[in-house]
Amino acid sequence: AMLDPDSGLPLTIARIVQRLKGSSLHSQLERQARVSLHKPEIKLESLKEDIKDFLKTSGWEKKLQNAVYSELNVFPSPCHPAAPPEHMKEPLAYMRKAQVGCYQFYCMYLLILLKKEELLSCAFQRPVSEQKELLNKWNEMGTDEPDLSLFRPVYAPKDFLEVLMNLRNPNYENGEQPSFRNHLGLIQVPLKVKDIPELKEDFSELGLNIGQLGIDDSAQVPPEFFENEHVRVGQKVLAEQDSAAAQQYVRQGCPTALRADLWALILNISNQPEDILYYEQLKSNVIQHDLLVDSLIYKDVKLTASNDDYYFVFEDYLYQVLLCFSRDTSVLEHFTYSSATPPKSYIRGKLGMEEYAVFYPPNVNYNSFILSVAPLCFLYHEPSKLYQIFREMYVRFFFRLHSISSHPSGIVSLCLLFETLLQTHLPQLFYHLREIGAQPLRISFKWMVRAFSGYLATDQLLLLWDRILGYNSLEILAVLAAAVFAFRAVNLMEVTSLAAAE
Amino acid sequence: FRIMAGKVKWVTDIEKSVLINNFEKRGWIQVAENEDWNFYWMSVQTIRNVFSVETGYRLSDDQIVNHFPNHYELTRKDLMVKNIKRYRKELEKEGSPLAEKDENGKYIYLDFVPVTFMLPADYNLFVEEFRKNPSSTWIMKPCGKAQGKGIFLINKLSQIKKWSRDSKTSSFVSQSSKEAYVISLYINNPLLIGGKKFDLRLYVLVSTYRPLRCYMYKLGFCRFCTVKYTPSTSELDNMFVHLTNVAIQKHGDDYNHIHGGKWTVSNLRLYLESTRGKEVTNKLFDEIHWIIVQSLKAVAPVMNNDKHCFECYGYDIIIDDKLKPWLIEVNASPSLTSSTANDRILKYNLINDTLNIAVPNGEIPDCKWNKSPPKEVLGNYEVLYDEEMAQTDGPDRDLRSRSGQSTGVKGNRARDSGKPVLTTWK
Repeated sequence: AMLDPDSGLPLTIARIVQRLKGSSLHSQLERQARVSLHKPEIKLESLKEDIKDFLKTSGWEKKLQNAVYSELNVFPSPCHPAAPPEHMKEPLAYMRKAQVGCYQFYCMYLLILLKKEELLSCAFQRPVSEQKELLNKWNEMGTDEPDLSLFRPVYAPKDFLEVLMNLRNPNYENGEQPSFRNHLGLIQVPLKVKDIPELKEDFSELGLNIGQLGIDDSAQVPPEFFENEHVRVGQKVLAEQDSAAAQQYVRQGCPTALRADLWALILNISNQPEDILYYEQLKSNVIQHDLLVDSLIYKDVKLTASNDDYYFVFEDYLYQVLLCFSRDTSVLEHFTYSSATPPKSYIRGKLGMEEYAVFYPPNVNYNSFILSVAPLCFLYHEPSKLYQIFREMYVRFFFRLHSISSHPSGIVSLCLLFETLLQTHLPQLFYHLREIGAQPLRISFKWMVRAFSGYLATDQLLLLWDRILGYNSLEILAVLAAAVFAFRAVNLMEVTSLAAAE
Repeated sequence: FRIMAGKVKWVTDIEKSVLINNFEKRGWIQVAENEDWNFYWMSVQTIRNVFSVETGYRLSDDQIVNHFPNHYELTRKDLMVKNIKRYRKELEKEGSPLAEKDENGKYIYLDFVPVTFMLPADYNLFVEEFRKNPSSTWIMKPCGKAQGKGIFLINKLSQIKKWSRDSKTSSFVSQSSKEAYVISLYINNPLLIGGKKFDLRLYVLVSTYRPLRCYMYKLGFCRFCTVKYTPSTSELDNMFVHLTNVAIQKHGDDYNHIHGGKWTVSNLRLYLESTRGKEVTNKLFDEIHWIIVQSLKAVAPVMNNDKHCFECYGYDIIIDDKLKPWLIEVNASPSLTSSTANDRILKYNLINDTLNIAVPNGEIPDCKWNKSPPKEVLGNYEVLYDEEMAQTDGPDRDLRSRSGQSTGVKGNRARDSGKPVLTTWK
């Protein structure tokens, strides 16, 4: 293992220690340790051991374990200590370049869009120096001038798909004659994806001989076979407040009554007073200042959730969460671990004042956001908790669906995994669809980019997201998409157009 | 003509596609009212004529209609309350444990209708009750109207002065059903989801009242208001806040034609289980089933249990923020209009399943049959209460109910033997 030069600890551990040192958990532990000094069982001679024992029996050790486990989930594997942070986020140079280009174009697009909506008239009245400053802050990522001709406005999923289709690794020369060995799909970058044997191993709990909620708890199956015991285990996991055990448990699905608490445990969300306060501050920020993108958010919520059979009820919650989210710069901090840094800006008139900084999440199309918050409204009706759960889900998973990266759970890899699975195991179907102009990815892309939200009934969607949390991976989306095609293979072989296939 | 002799001949005076499509898909033959018919889907006006004393209409054994002659005992707001009050008093008289009261004098198991008075008849009684709680809100509803027509909220006696004058004048006041009102305590703490008030529309099919046999349609729905709920007195006039009737809400600015403000009951269940837990959710649905059965039992003694009749009721239920369900009213002729595509599918299937139970095998009916359809034809209905089965129910206890969708059979046996613990309902 690589060692951190300052502490001599393995790199991963050193970084986790660093992260936890600044957290509220750390100060709480300190406080608890100090309080324990007054307890009779703590003796001076064996101070260290006694405090450790105390923390164990009072449940604080468990909380620390959960926090460490949480960090491990989020942390990418460390690379060479001399590598710059940019490389750690995204090791592939051509991917980094694509990200930069994407964002720069995105900023421009945003400006155009807002101007079109007559919302920017004030901004253009700003003094030139302020405008320059503003634009400079938005273009924080680099001096590379990307080829903007490759990028189009990213609004609907299909536009994003066009961008992904155009990704190329300049170092990869595929000069061979096209043959059946080549990849016939839309994604043409050589990322590594898993094959069926590897997937079977990684997702072993989804094997046919293992009980699953959503299947083995249906009305025809006596609950003694699986359901009762599974619920009992879930209650035990919650009672012990064990994050790692919870993550293992949900791989077989969550009982509806336990899901909200189990997800909170896995995501390490406890809704402490300081969390509620943070949310309230964001809320007051929303109330005091409007943002240029607020109207885009309103528009997109109206277009998406308000028309949806399941989610229309929660329209107001969606506004609240999204408006707060766009002002939550703590999310930016997470992006040091992810594959991209989104543009940052400032509330009108507060240029350079960090507390008025806002960021634009990497997707002009808020539909995907909206659809990733909406199902959570079925689980959490308290706004601050709903907000924190969504934020954590976003920084762990959903952002990977909206940004370009080489990460195995990134949308590019998911697309490639889907296409590879289909081409390997249903080659006839794949070839047929391709021939009729219905590349399978064109159909399944929107399912995956929205994590199937809006395409599955909510109870089924939540069962799917159980597994995303359980396996800390989005690969299951690609597997499900391929499975849907396999399920419909017979019908699909008979269609003759993309529309019919859809 | 001979070939068609075996086919059911139908008539209807309700021109709705969900009905007609169902008749046609069974190969039934449309005839006119004055011809020989086997099946008549009537409006409530027509049923009044058919069974009125003047016409002396006699139905033959091969004729079925979709209403009971005096359904209004259940479906008129004032008569429903009257019958439930009478039923409770009777149970109390016979010392039944079902009529048990708590320390405040409220029925423990039978308090499912908000305090209600008839106006103008009970005006003085109402005033007495009103004065006990002068800050409360009351809802005025005309007895004979539907779709939210004529409903308004009051919080001051002055707002219903008109009904006080009537009661003080001559004792002979023309009490046409149009002028009679009921006034009920308004449930001002409804359960809110997404900040909005909603009610439940559930469909219940009754094939016979004595013995009572009824079925609950599994696919009910919630009707949401388009405007956020507020109990503020300044908004008492805003019907978009308070009345869930689609007929009202569809005129609101925010009415959406895609989902029509409707949620499935399964969505409600998922939401409640996820946010409140399984036990309280099961308890809520058990209570809903309970109050439906009790309301039917209350009117069963006075119902004309004509063997030619069946009826599909639309039950309106409101859940308050303590997860207690309240029976608001029962509709004899629930709307068959479809406000959205999903709605159309639901109502089409509702009629389909109803006809499968009421007209076995889709063949010419014989009213002498035992009205006991086999389980396979129930479709989306499930048995809510079967009095005959409940009385003969011996060791047949393995009728399990899953996920709280209780069939009343097991629990009711316990009830009839006088052991009213709600948890045995399953």
